[in-house]
Amino acid sequence: MNMHTQPQRTPAETALIDAFGDRLSLLPGDGAVMLKRDDAIEAIKHGLPTRRVESWHYTDLRRLLNAVPDFDPAANAKAIAPIVDGSTVVSILNGKSDAKVPVIEGVTFQPLSEKLIDGSIAPGLDPYGSDDAIGALNTAFVADGYFVDIADGTELEKPIELQNLQAGGQTHVRLPVRVGTGAKAVIVERQTGDGAVLGSSVSQLVLGEGAEVTWLIVQEQPETATHLAQFKAHLGKNSKLTVFFMNAGGKLVRQEIVVRTTGEGADFKLRGINLLAGDTHTDVTMVLDHAVPHTTSTEVIRNVVTGKARGAFQGRINVHQYAQKTNAKMACNTLLLSDDGEFSTKPELEIFADDVVCGHGATVTEIDHDHLFYLMARGVDEKTARGLLVKAFVAEVIEELDDEAIVEALEARLDGWFVTHG
Amino acid sequence: MLEIRNLHARIVDDGTEIIRGLNLTVKAGEVAAIMGPNGSGKSTLSYILAGREDYEVTEGDILYNGQSILEMDPAERATSGIFLAFQYPMEIPGVATMEFLKVAMNEQRKARGEEPLKIPEFLKRVKEAATSLSMDMAMLKRPLNVGFSGGEKKRAEILQMKLLEPKLCVLDETDSGLDIDALKIVSDGVNALRSPDRAFLVITHYQRLLEHIVPDSVHVLYRGQVIKSGDKSLALDLEANGYAGVIGEAA
Repeated sequence: MNMHTQPQRTPAETALIDAFGDRLSLLPGDGAVMLKRDDAIEAIKHGLPTRRVESWHYTDLRRLLNAVPDFDPAANAKAIAPIVDGSTVVSILNGKSDAKVPVIEGVTFQPLSEKLIDGSIAPGLDPYGSDDAIGALNTAFVADGYFVDIADGTELEKPIELQNLQAGGQTHVRLPVRVGTGAKAVIVERQTGDGAVLGSSVSQLVLGEGAEVTWLIVQEQPETATHLAQFKAHLGKNSKLTVFFMNAGGKLVRQEIVVRTTGEGADFKLRGINLLAGDTHTDVTMVLDHAVPHTTSTEVIRNVVTGKARGAFQGRINVHQYAQKTNAKMACNTLLLSDDGEFSTKPELEIFADDVVCGHGATVTEIDHDHLFYLMARGVDEKTARGLLVKAFVAEVIEELDDEAIVEALEARLDGWFVTHG
Repeated sequence: MLEIRNLHARIVDDGTEIIRGLNLTVKAGEVAAIMGPNGSGKSTLSYILAGREDYEVTEGDILYNGQSILEMDPAERATSGIFLAFQYPMEIPGVATMEFLKVAMNEQRKARGEEPLKIPEFLKRVKEAATSLSMDMAMLKRPLNVGFSGGEKKRAEILQMKLLEPKLCVLDETDSGLDIDALKIVSDGVNALRSPDRAFLVITHYQRLLEHIVPDSVHVLYRGQVIKSGDKSLALDLEANGYAGVIGEAA
């Protein structure tokens, strides 16, 4: 008998707990994995996070998650063309790894279901804290995904595009990626699909010494989807990681970025754009731990808010006591284009070392009238001129990526968004 | 071509009246120089012609080819052939110069019912114009005016003017920030555009520019009014004797 008094469960919480009971016999995993799943569903039984949980302050998941679709085994997704021509494409089709796995030298792709069955992934399934609702939800239900291993010294010329394509119901996938010593890669994490889907997706990246990775998250869910995503990374000695994200869809979106520098000389860059439209909610929450000395990071986030869209960016940088000579800079700029839209920014710096350089800045602006006048004075009509300026505001972040093929591919996605929402 | 009648205008924000009964007529083919001391309303006049919203016309009218332009927005004025070369061209990060030139040229063509330029033709025109102004094409790959020196910005303005082929060109202190070589290049660019169906309003502080762009008429602006008009010898007179004499005469 449970004597605790608990608040009444929401229909969504009940649906998740019931779904777990129904799905249990279908979920792959050895004993260790199943124990992790039990712990995870226990966490969900305690209730989804509300705004009283600090890390969920802007996204009251308990209130906002009001539709949990049933799993839909009949729903079928098809692989799509990659955003960068010639990429190696690996697809997860409505939660299941594709039977076709590409073969490229120095890279191993293994369906995650295999690693769940043999239990080798179990240690990585722990949520990262008591408020890690996405981690818990994913651990409870994850059925597939890919484990990607890029061997030491491998330098990939073409990007790898990991496609997570939804078609219906619920999907819970995980993408652990190990990048070996001195390896170089561009990885595109593509999140898109159709229908009123509830999806969780957890990417876990481990960068070996001197590895260099550009990781692009391109999220273009339909405006009916709930997208709960997490990107976690450990940065080894002298490794370099650039994470770029583009949120351009979804009804309820939470993208967490959890990064830890574990080796000296590591460098982390976060660049992101949120293109928010309609009656939607998008939350990007970053937790960055500078855990060792001599590591650097910069974060630049640009947001365009239209319609009744609501957005939030929480950026937390923890500089540990021994992490001297840390250099961290964070900026979040928002272009607010409607009276009904809103964007909240919460930068947090927690610094325990005394010899560090850390800073942050946030702005919320409208379109610069001088710029608008200049463009119009050349004959560009007001609507087109506004479009150019809004695009310029976010394109600046893309252009920083400094790789022509990637910049072009992302600008094409950007143009696509402006065509439908401009 | 341009007729300004008893124009009164003020700053929208604080209601300060800057233009106080200005009259000016510029014919097709004419190069009219506007001179005057600081604060006389020269730049304000250029902005009002271009349609900047920070200023409000309270009285009088501006006729362009016989039609009032007061109700036209800046884009409509531009597509009808009015061009302002800015004193301080804006830096617009994220907008690639070439992309901007293409959009501006094609928007103007669209407004005139012409087909958009094909890419090779567009590139050819830009290249020719850039070469004539001794501009490096690499500069045009950068975001609009970003990181351009003062002189480069002025050249970029004249480049746009050449490409857009306006009918009424307003040059707001195009000489400021230019060294003597650049002044020559920019002036040659302007002179090459002189034609019987095109008029220029050249706003400047100094006679120096008018040695290169020789005006047909010179008008002295003071406290928002044209207080004296004459031919190019008026500019020489101002250079030698300053504005005090002319202002005294008018007072």
